[in-house]
Amino acid sequence: MSAVPTDRLGGVQLRVTQARVVLSEWTKLRSLRSTRWSFLAAVILTIGLPALISTVISSHWSHMDPREQAQRNPMDAALAGVNVSQLAIGVLGVLVITGEYSTGMIRASLGAVPKRLPVLWGKALVFAAATLALMIPSVVVAFFVSQAIFRNHHILQISFSAPHVARAVIGGGLYLTVIGLFALALGALVRNTAGGIALFAGVLFVIPPLMNVLPSSWNNAISPYLPSSAGRDVFALTTGGSDMSPWGGFALFCGYTVAALALAAFALVRRDA
Amino acid sequence: MIEAAHLTKNYGDKRAVDDLSFVVKPGIVTGFLGPNGSGKSTTMRLILGLDRPTSGTVTVNGKAYRDLSAPLHEVGALLEARAVHTGRTAYNHLLALAQTHGVPRRRVDELIELVGLQEVARKRVGGFSLGMGQRLGIAAALLADPGTLILDEPVNGLDPEGIHWIRTLLRGLAAEGRTVFVSSHLMSEMALTADHLIVIGRGRLIADMSVEAFVKSASKNLVRVRSPQAEQLRALIVSHDVTVEIDADGALEITGLDAAQIGELAAANNLVLHELSPVQASLEEAFMDLTRDDVEYHAHTGLAPVGAES
Ligand SMILES: Nc1ncnc2c1ncn2[C@@H]1O[C@H](COP(=O)(O)OP(=O)(O)O)[C@@H](O)[C@H]1O
Ligand SMILES: [Mg+2]
Repeated sequence: MSAVPTDRLGGVQLRVTQARVVLSEWTKLRSLRSTRWSFLAAVILTIGLPALISTVISSHWSHMDPREQAQRNPMDAALAGVNVSQLAIGVLGVLVITGEYSTGMIRASLGAVPKRLPVLWGKALVFAAATLALMIPSVVVAFFVSQAIFRNHHILQISFSAPHVARAVIGGGLYLTVIGLFALALGALVRNTAGGIALFAGVLFVIPPLMNVLPSSWNNAISPYLPSSAGRDVFALTTGGSDMSPWGGFALFCGYTVAALALAAFALVRRDA
Repeated sequence: MIEAAHLTKNYGDKRAVDDLSFVVKPGIVTGFLGPNGSGKSTTMRLILGLDRPTSGTVTVNGKAYRDLSAPLHEVGALLEARAVHTGRTAYNHLLALAQTHGVPRRRVDELIELVGLQEVARKRVGGFSLGMGQRLGIAAALLADPGTLILDEPVNGLDPEGIHWIRTLLRGLAAEGRTVFVSSHLMSEMALTADHLIVIGRGRLIADMSVEAFVKSASKNLVRVRSPQAEQLRALIVSHDVTVEIDADGALEITGLDAAQIGELAAANNLVLHELSPVQASLEEAFMDLTRDDVEYHAHTGLAPVGAES
């Protein structure tokens, strides 16, 4: 008797390839509850918050004085959810990798793929693709839901084909995708869930307000180039003052993310698992 | 076939593995024996490329693990620490590992059946008992039909049925011609499972020999004798290659003569014997003797704590 039936493996060329690792990482991603809950939260926040805010603005519109009305920007309402759902995406990005360290799964993953880098690339690709596939439709839906609510009150109408609008809406989805990758890279560097989330929150939410402590000439010279503000340029309707251009800011933001991923890759190959 | 040459691993100042060289051959079960903290798990992580050696090399089938194109097909491993995400089901865990190598889905089902996890395969691993976790680990190790198996303390915490199952499985795998390398800190376990032993202490190689040779070399061949004429008997047999000690309750403990020789001597001299019993040193004692100087932490009672903790 054979302890392990082997005949069923006949005909298959057993070998690790990047494509197979991508499939494996897809199985890993879709088979965890944290994935479903985080993505669900991100979609609901991205669409729900603009719906809520548009409803509130519409119902209060008649009580606003003309100056306040003039300050209202339909895109602020349509993309309000992005600011909050980036937290859900960021936490998931960290968890995608630190969850493997906290449970010990990383040893199985790197045992199966001892060259290691295909695991990191696979995770990044699969997570980015899933985020993009969910969040681009979400921001588009958010825009049209918000506009539909405003239309009922004949206020704040803007066309998707108006200058910059489509870019800003799609930019919201792109921003969320890249912020997720940035968080994944931080998680891979820190290898610890709490530490990864703290670092992510620190870079995005703690460092920017700290800049206000600096002399304003320094602040103005640095702040536009921080990951948080560079990334936001792509989903701002208009960029002014010292801001970078939408695509310029986004390119810099992608540059930060690529640098973080490169550092993570370097550390992954060098460190003991 | 696993070949280690001058394998050394430091963690900071701590040397966990120290100039270790050995060969693990196919077709037999090779036991990797050593007290807790002697470097067994570290050695196995080094073989699997999870940790990088400070110096020295280790290869599987002539290649560094990192250079294998289908590592799970060459080496199946069960690590000491769990290596599975608690939030995933057993099925998805195995499927994700299988997909890295292109192992077909039906093979996952087969393995689940082989290790007897059909009932819980679609449940999350976080709720598994230790035994179920070990069975899942074995399924993962066998997934891509590896020629070499590396198992770190596979019977730890298992019930007798589970221990028996693993033993039978390992012997079967070796009989098929596979290389089986299994660690334990318990000699008694190794005696039942292994054909060959590699014994380490404090990261250094102590012995590399067959289980049979180990048992033979380690046995003390002590004979316990009780006699109302103990003093006369002692005087009669003691010599430069026969030692006699008197134990706490007055029995003689004789080494250097076997029971038959002692009985015949006593009869020839008309000495009465109340007890004449050969005492084989237990394997555990033999192992403790061998590693006494290499145990990481001596208990304060003076007894080596081999096997006392896990
Ligand atoms: N990652 C690590 N960092 C620091 N020390 C370690 C690490 N892994 C093992 N050690 C130390 O190396 C020694 C050998 O450990 P280990 O290989 O786990 O022994 P065994 O498996 O034989 O019980 C121990 O003293 C242990 O404390
Ligand atoms: Mg160990």
